[in-house]
Amino acid sequence: MGSIISKRVSVIEIRFHGRGGQGAVTAARLLAEAAFLEGRHAQAFPFFGAERRGAPVLAFTRMDDREIRTRAQIYKPDYVVVLDPLLPQVVDVALGVKHGGMIVLNSKGPLQFPHVKISFVDATSIAMERLGVPITNTAMLGAFAKATGLVKLESLVKVVDGYFSGKLAEKNVAAMKAAYEQTRVVAE
Amino acid sequence: MCKCVPGKGDNHGAGGTKVKKFMTGNDSAALAAKLARVKVISAYPITPQTTIVEKLSEFVANGELDAEYIKVESEHSALSACVGAAATGVRTFTATSSQGLMLMSEILFVASGLRLPIVMTNVNRSLSAPLSIWCDQQDSVAVRDSGWIQLYCENNQEILDSTIQAFRIAEETLLPVMVCFDGYILSHTAEPVDVPEQSEVDGFLPQYNYPYALDPEHPGSIGAVGVPDYYEEFRFMLQEEMLKAKEKILEVGKIFAEKFGRKYGLLERYRTEDAEIILLTMGSLAGSLKDMVDEYRQHGERVGLVKLRSFRPFPVRELKDAVGNAKAVAVLEKDVSPGLSGALFSDLSTALINSKKSPLLMNFICGLAGRDVSPLQIREAVKSTLEAVEAGEVKNPVRWLGLRETLMGLR
Amino acid sequence: MSSHTSTKKLLPGAVIMDPGSTEQNETGSWRSMRPVTDYEKCTSCMSCWLYCPDSAISCEKPPKVDYRYCKGCGICANVCPVKAITMVPEGQK
Repeated sequence: MGSIISKRVSVIEIRFHGRGGQGAVTAARLLAEAAFLEGRHAQAFPFFGAERRGAPVLAFTRMDDREIRTRAQIYKPDYVVVLDPLLPQVVDVALGVKHGGMIVLNSKGPLQFPHVKISFVDATSIAMERLGVPITNTAMLGAFAKATGLVKLESLVKVVDGYFSGKLAEKNVAAMKAAYEQTRVVAE
Repeated sequence: MCKCVPGKGDNHGAGGTKVKKFMTGNDSAALAAKLARVKVISAYPITPQTTIVEKLSEFVANGELDAEYIKVESEHSALSACVGAAATGVRTFTATSSQGLMLMSEILFVASGLRLPIVMTNVNRSLSAPLSIWCDQQDSVAVRDSGWIQLYCENNQEILDSTIQAFRIAEETLLPVMVCFDGYILSHTAEPVDVPEQSEVDGFLPQYNYPYALDPEHPGSIGAVGVPDYYEEFRFMLQEEMLKAKEKILEVGKIFAEKFGRKYGLLERYRTEDAEIILLTMGSLAGSLKDMVDEYRQHGERVGLVKLRSFRPFPVRELKDAVGNAKAVAVLEKDVSPGLSGALFSDLSTALINSKKSPLLMNFICGLAGRDVSPLQIREAVKSTLEAVEAGEVKNPVRWLGLRETLMGLR
Repeated sequence: MSSHTSTKKLLPGAVIMDPGSTEQNETGSWRSMRPVTDYEKCTSCMSCWLYCPDSAISCEKPPKVDYRYCKGCGICANVCPVKAITMVPEGQK
């Protein structure tokens, strides 16, 4: 039996980088739910570790047209979303990203990473303005939708509306829409 | 748990009212207990507890579930409270994990010995030391002999479905049932789950009638002394009922399938018909293995999978049927009985003893304390098994996957 | 549950649905010392009835020992505030 290298091609894997308390786990889950809402199969899970506020954390989303059965961790994501502008200085956010993949950054300007596309938005300013706290997860979901086109903005609005309640939902939707408008994509 | 949307076609079959919700494994278990209309929940709320009992306490507090919620000071007390409650004839539930299950172990034997149909969720997590919070199946495997039925789940849908079925299995056999699923890998992973209507579950789970309920109007005794003249008979009766429970699990699975469209048995075969190598596992690893089986099949390799759902009772005949014609079986499991092998491996060996023909058996210990079982590791297991088939013998049957040998000076 | 001569069908979980089976177990033969009450002294305070671990002392005034069940433990003699109960070796008056 020779080496088996073929892999399912329809699955899309996304890794979120954040700090404990910034909502990376929620972001992964809301994204999965939006994909699910659009009729795809989806799975969201945190990096299984001891969680501490402020420490770098990871969360993951898988989406696929077929049922997702694997429970293996994600090593080679198609997309990376970074919720915190300072994280790229501390963690290798580009680790394992597929060639031709994309990193969506919370940043005032583009950063350079080899072999991947970059998109960016100043999500911290948007979050401070709309929410009053530097919790950037919903803004970065708006950026992700704009940069990748993988989920529709209205699907994200629906799940964010369902997840948060009242004023908080409104504010998060506003942050998401603002980020969607302001996101810029830089060619490879 | 979030918005409801109509379910789209998937592998989980049709039937029932299709309302899909996006939820974690913990939420699935809590929701199932609520749908079963449990009357008493007792739990110890501190580490290593999961959010299952937290969710249930919310249901009780906000009036969605009419149940008595008993907070206690340890898992030993949690299960003791369940024993007392179950003896009065009400539907009783608790949940725990790892060290919590260990602290319960004394009362596990009391519950099964008294034949009280308690349903418990065990979120599979490793045991200390070294201190760990991550997933493996050592906790429930360690209490394999406690006289509880043990069902293992592959995904969050199975958690919900198996928990609902567990109440009926327990109440119709008078045996306690432990529904086990992988910590974090399922407990903290959110995915779509088809949630049945309350009325549908009510139809499936009839009013519970415990024949020996404690009642001041009709006094009786439970917990009598079992002198040497009697004890053996009670153990034999427990064993007999456990063996008969196989039929009950199948029967309940069949009724469930008719009502909800999803089929459950003692084990699941995946592409095993002509398989030369069969992988055998329990729990969420089965999902990853199904993907790998498909990969091998694409390359014309005859690899299949058997997913064991019922670890106790152990389906000897069904396992023999499922793997008997293969050239080799590779058992992948997240536990070890130090000094022998993995527990599933030794149990499979027992199942195949006295058979005229038996496949070669290989054991791969993997995924301990949350170590990822990657496709690379699975390929290594299949490769070793194939080598054994080619050689016609197994030199070293018990192996460990993903071991970092340099750390131990072995390399 | 102690008689090996019983042939009654066992219930699951060792449940006993007919209460009072202990009544059939006359434990009086275990006794080597026997409590004897001096009713001249007895004030019917009922302490012996309260303390008897085998419920072998009747709830009436004055209380009487049921020798079919009394194991001769002597607690009644010990707790009697007026020393009305004496423990006498079996076979002696």
